[in-house]
This record gives sequence, structure tokens and C-alpha cells, in this order.
Amino acid sequence: MKEMICIVCPKGCHLNIDESTLAVNGNGCPRGAEYARTELTAPVRVLTSTVRLVGGELERCPVRTDRAVPRDRLSDIMAEIHRASVTHPVHIGDTVISDVCGTGADVIVTRDL
Amino acid sequence: MYDVVIIGGGVIGCAVAYQLTKYELKVALFEKENDVAGGTTKANSAIIHAGYDPLPGSLAAKLNVRGNLLAGEICEKLDVPFRRVGSLVAAFGEADDRTVRSLYERGIENGVPGLRVVTGDEARVIEPNLSEEVTSALYAPTAGVISPWEYALAMAETAVRNGLELHLSEPVTDIRDGVVVTPKGEYGAKYIVAAAGVCCDTVEKMVAEPDYVLRPSRGEYYLLDRTASDMVRGIIFQCPNENGKGVLVAQTVHGNVIVGPNAESAEDKFRVNTTAQGLAFVGEAAKKSVPKLDLRANIRNFAGMRANTDRDDFIIRFAAKGFLSLAGIKSPGLASAPAVAEYAAELLERDGLVLHKKSSFVDTRRRVRFASLTDSEKAELIKKNPAYGRVICRCETVTEGEILDTFDTPIPPVSIDGVKRRCNAGMGRCQGGFCAPRVLELIHAATGIPREEILKDKEGSVVLSGGRI
Amino acid sequence: MRDVIVIGGGPAGLAAAIKARECGASDVLIIERDSCLGGILNQCIHNGFGLHRFKQELTGPEYAARFISQLDGIDIATDSMVLSVTRDLVVRSVSRTRGYTEEKAKAIVLAMGCRERTRGAISIPGDRPAGVYTAGAAQRYMNIEGYMVGRNAVILGSGDIGLIMARRMTLEGAKVHACIELMPYSGGLNRNIVQCLKDFDIPLYLSHTITDIRGSRRVEGVTVAEVGPDRRPISGTEFDIDCDTVLLSVGLIPENELTRAAGIPIDRRTNGAVVFENMETGAEGIFACGNVVHVHDLVDYVSAEAERAGKAAAEYAAGKRAGGRITEVAAGNGVSYTVPQRIRTSGCGKTVDLFFRVRSVFRNVRITVSSGEKTLASYPREHCAPGEMEHIVLPVSLIGDSDEITVSVAEDK
Repeated sequence: MKEMICIVCPKGCHLNIDESTLAVNGNGCPRGAEYARTELTAPVRVLTSTVRLVGGELERCPVRTDRAVPRDRLSDIMAEIHRASVTHPVHIGDTVISDVCGTGADVIVTRDL
Repeated sequence: MYDVVIIGGGVIGCAVAYQLTKYELKVALFEKENDVAGGTTKANSAIIHAGYDPLPGSLAAKLNVRGNLLAGEICEKLDVPFRRVGSLVAAFGEADDRTVRSLYERGIENGVPGLRVVTGDEARVIEPNLSEEVTSALYAPTAGVISPWEYALAMAETAVRNGLELHLSEPVTDIRDGVVVTPKGEYGAKYIVAAAGVCCDTVEKMVAEPDYVLRPSRGEYYLLDRTASDMVRGIIFQCPNENGKGVLVAQTVHGNVIVGPNAESAEDKFRVNTTAQGLAFVGEAAKKSVPKLDLRANIRNFAGMRANTDRDDFIIRFAAKGFLSLAGIKSPGLASAPAVAEYAAELLERDGLVLHKKSSFVDTRRRVRFASLTDSEKAELIKKNPAYGRVICRCETVTEGEILDTFDTPIPPVSIDGVKRRCNAGMGRCQGGFCAPRVLELIHAATGIPREEILKDKEGSVVLSGGRI
Repeated sequence: MRDVIVIGGGPAGLAAAIKARECGASDVLIIERDSCLGGILNQCIHNGFGLHRFKQELTGPEYAARFISQLDGIDIATDSMVLSVTRDLVVRSVSRTRGYTEEKAKAIVLAMGCRERTRGAISIPGDRPAGVYTAGAAQRYMNIEGYMVGRNAVILGSGDIGLIMARRMTLEGAKVHACIELMPYSGGLNRNIVQCLKDFDIPLYLSHTITDIRGSRRVEGVTVAEVGPDRRPISGTEFDIDCDTVLLSVGLIPENELTRAAGIPIDRRTNGAVVFENMETGAEGIFACGNVVHVHDLVDYVSAEAERAGKAAAEYAAGKRAGGRITEVAAGNGVSYTVPQRIRTSGCGKTVDLFFRVRSVFRNVRITVSSGEKTLASYPREHCAPGEMEHIVLPVSLIGDSDEITVSVAEDK
């Protein structure tokens, strides 16, 4: 049994999920069960950070992955982001790194600078 | 070879430097930290006492009353915020009433002008939020509030303008046959004046075993937001009694409310921490004077260290040949500072130092204080220099122009707190939360110091110690 | 003379200005003290903004950009600091480029936002070394300037900014040793507890506080202690954590210095101006919205509130005056405050939106609106917490001629 707090809505149900059968209890709604199963089997997150901005007034440009990526790849993606830089001017949605770490996600710019 | 080397850049050392650079002398000042006014001078009640407290006949009595008078003149000349707001010593009951009466008599003997014993009701006219329990009070109109660090800075800056050689971040590690030794060099001096505050014993030991014992005492404070300033107009002391000296509530010269201090004997004279118990004591004690005081308006707690000794009085004398020790300068040291300096000069002269007045002595100092200008003055100033149109510290309305000005002074700042002491940026209710990153940027631009090396205050107090991402 | 001057170019000011323009105000000016618009959103590079409004999880800068792109026809003065606002609708400001200016407006919208509570506000004892920062200041250093404030951090307060910074510092290679929360529950969203603390195995100590900060020059460590129900440290429960950084996420305070100086009545509970249903303050023609009125947890609600203020300001500028009888809104049992605090039913449509916060965590309760002994309306809630702003829509017809209505929380029976 693994315990987790549901984040689907602000109620924050305390969920219990059986690691072998993926049976969930403690959930107040079906979305909670779905959340628990995803969190247990393949948790994903959107990663946000900054990259170096060359030639701009500011030194950093904020970025994010354009979709959720596997949680266990966050540190690999951070390493890629540390190596990356963009050159002024940049626009929201510009791709900084495509298919980052083979996850299928692009790292994109989130601010016009 | 220097005529005089001063050890210590607190308000006493700075006052001595200011006094001695009036004469044709070669003077140097050594300060162990990276700025003047960084020790007890920046962490105290910020009050220029009237002078009724020290025992008649004592040095402290004489120098306090004289120092109070001189403070008015110096602050006028050197543009230091100082207001004679007057003080009350509040009595709570008959025993205190007798204390007030004896303080009054002491004050008269010390030559304090304008002293008056007032009734509780009269005191409440002076301070409307004063407790109903107050039965009488000693009113001293010459007592004032000051910006203590700007006081020291103004005197030090003026001294530098007049030839003082200032050595910051250069601790004196030894004194051998009139030679002052630091990690950076050796400096011969005809006279050494030690103004080392809580280190007076350490420095004196370099030439002779002190005949006093230093008993450092820590005092803790609250500093309240300016929104609390309607709580107190001037300075409210409590009568010293068997339970201690009592704490004060005062409106600072910057319009905040200061509350404190307690008195805790300190094991480590370099540790100026606050404690939960100390602050709780201070808060409770202050409410005795001003019951409506709301400590939720607190913006900062701090503590300072008093250079108390086993003696009642200041200890000012030649501890060895050519070594004038200004030791045990505790309260009212801030109030006495310029008089201590005058007295030190007199002792040096009596010992044989020749004092020739400098004809070229520059005795003025001015700085822009944007927030206190009229609208048309503000408009005029921004037209002349647009940097005064960019407000960096929004709590205190300090502009980029004022911050840049600090780098053009004789003692430019090297830290964020150094900037704060010179122009008030970061002193307000958000405590630099908003302006510190911008001040850091301006320090970087003005000095070229890499951002990740810029200090909050003293050596080692790096702000961005995590480095660049 | 300007139709509407908006003070502050953060999320509230942007939405208010755009709405005022939409509603017919032709001469609208935004005065912003920073060099760019967007306010605090610019440093909030994490995602999670706009779920209600745009049904998307945007980052802070992306959310701001949605508004910044709609500013056609609106005058902008950045790097400009307002020195005062008066009840006769004059705004004095200074800037590098515009110099000292005095401008008169037909209506003013206050949208100055809020600031973070500091170490002083909660009197944490100890030394005063470098290394103690509000979470927002540290966030600015990291996300805008690109510098790390430290490498070994302890976070006091589990508000969302603190939690977000725990993750951000960890991702950048710092060690976050603990998040310490005075209350028995977190002030942050569950989602942030999970994704910012649990994902990185950062312990959350509920009912704990920092009782001492040590370090002569830079922070060297903190002492943490458990607190009792009175929120005072329990002697004997202390433990030390070595760290070089303490981040404070201990609450936000509406930034109302201009409001106070103008003599506008302030609600002691919100620390913001007392407002009517259309966000007008106690000073006619001066409106307020966003975190300067009360601290919000979601920017989506800030934008919505600002649009109400912007619309009302445009109407006021066009000569429309609100009036009629006033119904006071009181915070009853379990409710810490309401916004608005006063309603002029004649100025409302069919319904009025009431926002409020509850005093503690509740499950299965009823929000009731009553007038005297009479219950006007009630709304069931499965879950309420102080960290989540509550919202009810009250039919105006129910208010009738009540002088005062009370919003309270009651256990569901």
C-alpha cells in the first residue's frame, strides 16, 4: 500500500493505492483514482526553469517544457537546460531545445524578451 | 610617522578624527571592519541624552552635557538628522517620584538646562499615550534623537576630507614601541588614541594590563514601523529601580518607534543576538510606559553591546606613554562623543602634542534627501539629474540618485547595509525585500565588485553565496 | 484630465486598465514603478496560472503576456513611482523620463499589490547574518538575475511561494533541508506540497517554528522547535539544522501606504481598503483591486476582481454615480473577513459576488448568509481552508432592506 494526497481538487483526499492491483481507496471521486494510478505508475510533471539570455537587458530567460515529462527525467532535463542559451530577442513559444532528452517534449520560451 | 593613530571607527574614534583633523597633524584611523559605525554605534537607543543621569563630578557628567551641546552644532554643520524632542523619565509611584526628584537635582548640579519635574497629568500632555499610572516625570528638553551611524559617518567623512588617512578592514593586532601593527603593515605614531569600544581591553592589553574589567552587556530592541509613530512624540524613559534600569520608548529621528533595551551580561562580546526571552521582557516593560503600544508593527529586532566595565565612569587616561585610552565608553557615550574627542585633544596637548589650527579645515557636509524635499524642489532636482526620478527604496522613497551619491563620498560604501547607513535605502517596513536586489545591482555597477561577492554588511556576509546559476 | 489612472502594472492593474478601456474610458494611464509590466508574475516562472480563466496551466510571464498584448490605446508609464494620491483625484509621481508630474483623473484604480512579511514582522530571535531572505526576494535573485542565494536552505512557512522556492532551489542543485510551518496545516496548495516537497523528499514540519538563527556573518544554522496549540515553542523539542540560507514565506501584506495617506478607510482584517460591491473605496472615484485589497491565492481571481474595478472606474469617469442604501457585510462565525465589506444593492445586477476566508480547516459545512436571525441563503461545502479563498454568489433580491448581512460557517447537521 502506498499513501498519497490527491491534488486533483483542493479537498486533498488521502489516497491509498495497492501497488500490485492498483486498487485505490480514500478517493472522493473517480478522478482521484485515476490520479493515484498515474502517480504510481508513470508520474509526470511540467518542468520550468531559466536559460541564459545573450544580448538582452536581463541575463535569464524563463522556459518550460511544452508538456508534462516523466518525473524521473527532471534532473537530466535540468542538465540540458543548464547547457542551453538563447539570443535576444526571444518570444513566447520559441523552441530552445527540441525533444529534450528524448522525452518528446520541447523546452520553450515563456516570456517575450 | 603619524602624529596620531586612532584605533576604532565607532562614533568615538570618528569624533576624535574629526577633532584632530582640525589641526596641522598627520592622523590615521584603523578600523577592523569594512565600514565605520558598524559596531555599538549602529545598534543603540540613538539618543543624545540631556545629562542628568551620570553622577555629579564624573567625567561622564561633564562630557555628556558638553557633548549634547556640541551635537546640536555639529549636526547642523554636517547635515546629520538630529531633533531635540525632549525626554521624560516616568515615575510609577512614590519611590519613583523620589528618584525623579533626585535625578532632577543631579541634573541641576551637572548643569543640564531646562530641567523640570512635571506631574503625571502634565507628562500626559507632553506624551498623550503615556500610562495613567505615571505619577510624575522628569522633563529634559535638551534630550534628542539622532541618526547615530550618520553622525559617526559625517564626522569621519569630514575628517577624511580634511586629511584623515582611513584604513578600513585593517585590525590592529599589536602595538610595539609606538608602532601600530596590522596584517597589512606597521605604522609609527607619536600618539595612539584607542577608541575600540567593546575591544578597549583587548587593545589596551597590547601596551599595558588594564586596571579595569570589561563587563560587556547586551541590549535588545524592537524597531516599529512609522505607522506606530503616533504612539510617542519624544523619548520616554522609566525610572531606574531595584528591578533594573527600565526600557525606553521613543520616536526615532527617522520617524519609527524604538523600544528597548534590556541588559544581559554577555559571554561573547562579539555576539549581538536577540533572544525570545529578552524581546518578551522588553515588550512587556515598554507597555508599562505606553500601554497602547502594538508590537505587531515591528519591522526589525536588533541587539547592541555596551562597553560596560566594573567602573561607573568613562575611563579616559594615558594607559602607557603615548597611548591614550578611551575605555569603558558606555551610555551616554553617543551623547558625549564630541566632548570625549575635545577632551582627548586637550589631554594630548597637555602631554606635549602641538595643536595648530588648520586654516583650510572644511567643516560642512550636505546630501540630497529626496523624500524631504518640496514638490517643486523634487521637480527641479529630477530635471537636473534624472537619477533622482527613479525611486529604488519605495518604503523610504530613496532614489537612485541618492544611492549613486554615496559612492562619491569620502567613504564610499562596500555593502548593502553600507548604502543603507548612508541614504536609508532598505531601512523601511519591507527591510530591503524589494530594493536590496536593485541596490546590489547599483553597487555592482558603481564598484565593479562581482555580484556574487557583494556583501550584506561585514566581511563574509555574502548575499548571493550560492553563486551564478 | 485623464479618464482613469491605474496605479500598478501587475495583474490587477493590467486587467483593470484593459476593462476600463473596453468600457469606454478613452484616456487610460497605467503607472508602474518597475521597468516592465507584469509585476510579480515576471519572477513566477512556474506553471499553474490561469486554470480558471484560460483553462490552461500558464507560467507567470505567459499569464501576464495575455494581458500585456491587449494594451493598445492605453498609456503606460514604467519606472514611475507614485508619491501620493489625493481624494480630489490627483496623482503625484516621479520618474527618470517624465520627471515630477501631477495628473488629475476622473477616476483612479489602486492596484499596488502586496509585499512579503519579513523577519521583523514575526520577531525571529538570533543573530543578524546575511542569508535570511523573503522567498520572493530569493525568487527574484534566482529567476530574474540568475543567482543562487545559497546552497543549504531551510524554509519557514509553507505558503505557496515558499514551496515553489523549495523546488526551484532543489532543481538548481541546492539542498533544502526542511520546510517549517507554524500552523498544524499548510497554507499552500496540496499540489505544491506534493510536487515541490514530496517529489524531492523535503520534510514538512507542521506545528513547528524557527526559534533561533545563528551565524556571525552568513547564516550557519537554525534551531527549530515544535509549538503547542498556543503556537508557542515547546521547551525540550528543539533541534538544530545547519544551513546557509533561511527563506521566509510567512505571509503577505497589502501595500496600502498611498491608500492610508489619502485617508481612505482601511479594514483592519484585510489590511486593505474597505470596498463596495464595485470595488469603490471609501473615497468617491477611487477604486481598488487585487492584492492591495486582500491577498488572493489565485491570480485568476485577481484579474476578475480588477475587471470589476476597471468597469466601475470607467463608469464613474463617464459620470455614473453609485448610490442608494448601504448594506454592511459582516464576517460571522468561522469567517475572518469578507470582500466587499459594503453593498449598494441599487448598483448591483441580479447577483453580488462575495469573497471571504474561513478561519480554520472545515469539512462538510454550510456557508450561511443571514440577516439578524433570518437565514437568507446557504451553500454546502465539502471542504474549506484558510489558504483557499471562498466565493459565493448571492441573489440581490434576498438582501432586501437589511442594514447588515452576516456570512458564517456552520457545521452541517
